[in-house]
Order: sequence, then structure tokens, then C-alpha cells
Amino acid sequence: MAQITMTQALNLAIDEAMAEDPGVFCLGEDVSAKQGGGVFKVTAGLTEKYGEHRIRATPISETAIIGAAVGAALAGQRPIAEIMLMNFVGVCMDQIVNHAAKLRFMSGGQTPCPIVIRTTTGVGVGFGGQHSDMLEAWFAHVAGIHVVTPSNPADARGLMRASIDANDPVIFIENILCYGLKAEDPGPGYRVPLGKAAIAREGTDISIITYGRTVLDALDVAADLEKEGISVEVVDLRTIAPYDEATVLASVRKTGRALTLHEAVRPFGTGAELAANIQEKCWDDLKGPVRRIGGTFSAVPFASHLEQAWIPTKPQIVEQIKASMGKL
Amino acid sequence: MAQIDRDKLLDIYTRTMKVNRTDEKFRELLMGGKVAVMYYCVRGQELVSAAAMAALEKDDYVVCTYRGQGEQTAKGIPMEKWWGECLGKATGTCKGKGGTMHITDPETGIMVTTGVVGSGLPIANGLAMASQNNGDGRVTLVSFGDGAANIGGFHEAMNMAQLYKLPVVFLCQNNRYGEHTAYADHTDSPNIASRAAGYGMPGVTVDGNDVNQIYPAVKEAVDRARRGEGPTLVEAMCYRMMGHFFGSDFSYMPPEHIAEMKAEDPLPKLRKVMLEHQFTEEELDAIVADIDAQINAAVEHALAAPLPDTDEIYKDVLEETA
Repeated sequence: MAQITMTQALNLAIDEAMAEDPGVFCLGEDVSAKQGGGVFKVTAGLTEKYGEHRIRATPISETAIIGAAVGAALAGQRPIAEIMLMNFVGVCMDQIVNHAAKLRFMSGGQTPCPIVIRTTTGVGVGFGGQHSDMLEAWFAHVAGIHVVTPSNPADARGLMRASIDANDPVIFIENILCYGLKAEDPGPGYRVPLGKAAIAREGTDISIITYGRTVLDALDVAADLEKEGISVEVVDLRTIAPYDEATVLASVRKTGRALTLHEAVRPFGTGAELAANIQEKCWDDLKGPVRRIGGTFSAVPFASHLEQAWIPTKPQIVEQIKASMGKL
Repeated sequence: MAQIDRDKLLDIYTRTMKVNRTDEKFRELLMGGKVAVMYYCVRGQELVSAAAMAALEKDDYVVCTYRGQGEQTAKGIPMEKWWGECLGKATGTCKGKGGTMHITDPETGIMVTTGVVGSGLPIANGLAMASQNNGDGRVTLVSFGDGAANIGGFHEAMNMAQLYKLPVVFLCQNNRYGEHTAYADHTDSPNIASRAAGYGMPGVTVDGNDVNQIYPAVKEAVDRARRGEGPTLVEAMCYRMMGHFFGSDFSYMPPEHIAEMKAEDPLPKLRKVMLEHQFTEEELDAIVADIDAQINAAVEHALAAPLPDTDEIYKDVLEETA
């Protein structure tokens, strides 16, 4: 099988969904061929195949974009709406939280809202305070939304197909630094079910529960620590909410130690919910408190060395694992 | 503007009185302490809603607001389901989970009732976009108040609708108040419709208390949308003859405003038009009596209906919990 990047994986998943279902269409800023197929080229080549009605370039109007996606979904279509950068969800939270997420419930099940909201973000590229945040916890706190993020091209293809299939809103977070990752193409029709975590690496001493780009850091650390005789299990949530509780708890029961890891700021982050739940349900299996790593509780800074000091680092992960093992 | 034929007039009158009698009944129940729920009175705006719904086809989509009783009942939601929802019963349109501010009934085209001012316009665009994509010929009408004209979503939606020539009608019911704030205290432009020009869209201001103005204006906008010529902003001047919600203070309305709106009450005006068209007092009274009987039966049904099961709080969150 061919090697594909995450960008290509997403493009292939959207392409095949559009080919199969005329109700699938994309809308967002700069997405059509005239603007180059999206700032990160995820929708490149699709306008030529499906026309400007199905790859709709929009004005810079996030509320109108998500509102239109909601309305089209209520009428039976499957829109894929792009919010170019995740911080811009601040402009359209009403449409996402008060409408997309709640219309199924408030209508007594009559009007589900099957939309995919693709959005990009990531710390480490020098975009500063308003273009870098991971805001998954905002959405994980709202009933009625799936929050999804892939850490590799195969999952990107499979999760995107499953997200388009889903009959509810999905926030699909793409990390800028992961677009260029290359891996084997899982092929046409590939789906990764929502709500299913992956054991990215098996281990016996501690479980790192993470998702998105930090899965790569966790895997690197796990490989390094193996040389020191520490066996690290890496759980890639893939779907952040509602998450695969069974896989997380089974992993922690096996290893007896847990570390949550995310790029988003630590206070009130998803790691806090995971840690609380693990401690409630695995208390007797735990050899110590669940540890949490997250970004610094400040705005993402601009200068490169500040940005690197801000994000969770591999040495931090090693330190927390060793502390947990009593090996510091 | 074209004359309204007698059949259409009768249709509009019947819908108007359905809205009015529903409003009267709701206030009676609230005042009598029979029910205690949020209700946003539509007294004074009955004709605007009724005429607008009479200008639509059955399959057309509607997006309305918490003050949406007029659109909902005039579009034709079965009364038992409507009252069931308003009283929080399992027999309601949304199984009692939406309530007065979130009535949804796709069967009659009531797709969203939003409780957030201005949020309906962007959603209406999406419904219209779906119709444009699949060529189903439907028109979407979104109703909102003058207060909604000052929120960002209004501007984003108007621009996008015109850009794509979406089959949508923006109906601004300018009832002179945004919640408790008078029009002159929230907007300095003489009207809302003139904003349409800023988006390259036609906009008209009409007297919403005059059936011969409001119906033809909405009908033309609907026809235009259906012909694929794009959206129109129709501003219907009207009065909100009660407070923002039932039981709320309206001491902020000056006496001269109250006198003015009483003089412009759309119901006596409509009745006069009906009589001019050779409908008799008896015929008109019989229509109202029939509506009252239907409403009373629907209210009795809703009052006696079961409450939703408490398990409903876990259902309809995601498809997996449906």
C-alpha cells in the first residue's frame, strides 16, 4: 500500500464520502479551488470533481458557516464545515453549543444534526496566542457532541469517514504539526469507529492516556524508557469525548499507574476528568495518584523558546513517569 | 400590489384568529394559575405571522424564535402536540424536552425555534442551502424581531444569503422593542429594511397591521426566492402589545405608545377588511367559535396527558442514546 500524509488521508476520506453521498458537502473559508483548496490543502482537488456548490468557499463568517451547516443538516444533508483555526470557534460557539449540540435533545430526537466541524490548531509553529490553542475541553463539557482528533494518517482517514457517517455533530481537530506525517494508507472505505481508543503501544508499568500530537511524544518516551526497563503503555483516545472508558480503565487496572497528557492547558483540562474517573473506578488497582501533564496556564506565547517552555515536553513526561514509579 | 382573493383572505383570517385565540387561552391559563411556564405573548403580531405562513407552501421551512407561537400555530402544528409541548407533557412535539422556547415539528416545517436572539438567520440559510443543493424547490422563512438586527449573526447571514442567492425570506417583525429596550434606544437608523441594500438585497418596510400590505410583500419575497432570485428582507412594522414575556413588567412603555398601538390593533382592522369582502359577522364569529372549541379540546388533552418519563433526560443526547 502507498504511503500517505495526514492531509492526503483527510482528503481521501472526504472525497470518497462525497462520491458516495450527494448530501455530503464542504463549506468554509478558502476551501474551494479558486482559493487553492484550503489553507492546508485538505480540500484540494475536490472542487474540480464536485463543483462549487459542494465545495463552498464562504465569507469570513464563522457564525454563518456553522449556522448554515446546522440548517443543512436539519434538512438531511451532511455538511463538513471548516473553522480554519480552532480559536475562531469563539466566534460561533452559540451555533455549536446552543444549536448543533442540543437540537437532537431539545426536539425530542426529531432533528439530529449530523455535521463535521473540521478545525486546525497546534502549539509549536509560532502562531501565538490566538491561533494555537487546543480547546477540546470546551466541547467535551457539552452533551451532544463527539470530539475527535487523529494522531496519524490511518486514523485520520478512518476517523474522518466515521465522523461523516455519524448522525451527530463532530468536532474534528487536526493538529498542524501532524499534517505532514506519513504512513501506510489503510485504503478505501476504511473507518475507525468513534468512541474507540487504540492501544498505541503496550506496556505493563504505567498507562499514558493522551491523544493527537502528544501521542507521538508519548511513544518516543516509551521507546526511550524501555531501555531503562520501564514498560509504558500508550492509550490514544482518538475520540476525546465521549471517550472509550472501558479501554482506559482496563489499561490502568493492568498497569496500576496512570498519566494523562495533553497540549491544552492543565487546569480543568480533559486530564482532570480522566484522572477523577480513573481514581473513582480503579482506586484499589492504583499504586499511586494519577498524574497530569498539560500546557502552561497562560496564553500560548510567540517566541520559539517561550513556546517550547510552554508546551509539555518529553523530559517532563519522563520525570512524571519516574516520579510515579518511585524512581526519581 | 395584487388584490388578495377571498379564499386567501379567509385563510389568513382563520390563521390570524388561531394565533390570537391561542394567545388569549395561554394568558387565561397563566393568569388562572393553571400552568406556570415561560410564555412570550404575541398579542399585536398575530396578523404578521398568519399572513407570512399563508404565503408559504406546506413543505416550506420555517425558523422562528421564542416568540414563535404565531408562526407555529399558523403553519399548522397540530394543536394537541403544540399544547402538550408547552405544558411539558410526553405528548408534546418534543416529548416535553424542548418547551415553549424550542418547539420543533418537522412535519409542518417548523424546523427550529431558537431561544437565542438572531441565531435563527444563519440556520435558515442552511435549510435554504440544502434546498438549493438538492433542488427540492422549498423556500425557508425565518422570523425574528428588530432586536435581532443588531447581532453579528444577522449581518453574516444576510451577506451569505445574498452571496449564494439562497431561497430564504428574512421576516423582521419590528415590534418596536428589543426585550425592554425601545427601538430608538437600540438603533439609530430609521428602519431595518434599509440595511438590505448594504448586502445587495431587496428590502421592504410594510405595515404589518394591514393585511393588504403584509401578505403581498411576503408572498412576493417567497415567490422571488422560489424562482431562484435570492433572498429578501421584509420588515413588518407591528406592535408587541404585552411585555417581553408573560408577567413581565412593561412600565417602560410610555402611555402614548400604548395608545398608538391600541389604535393600530391589527384584529379590528382585519375584521373590517373581511366585512368589506362580504364576509358576515356570523361567519367570522363561527370561525372563532370553531377555533375556540379546538383549542379547548387540545388544552384539556394536554392537561390530562402524562408527564415525560424521567429516563428522557438520558435519551436523545447522541444517536447512541436515542
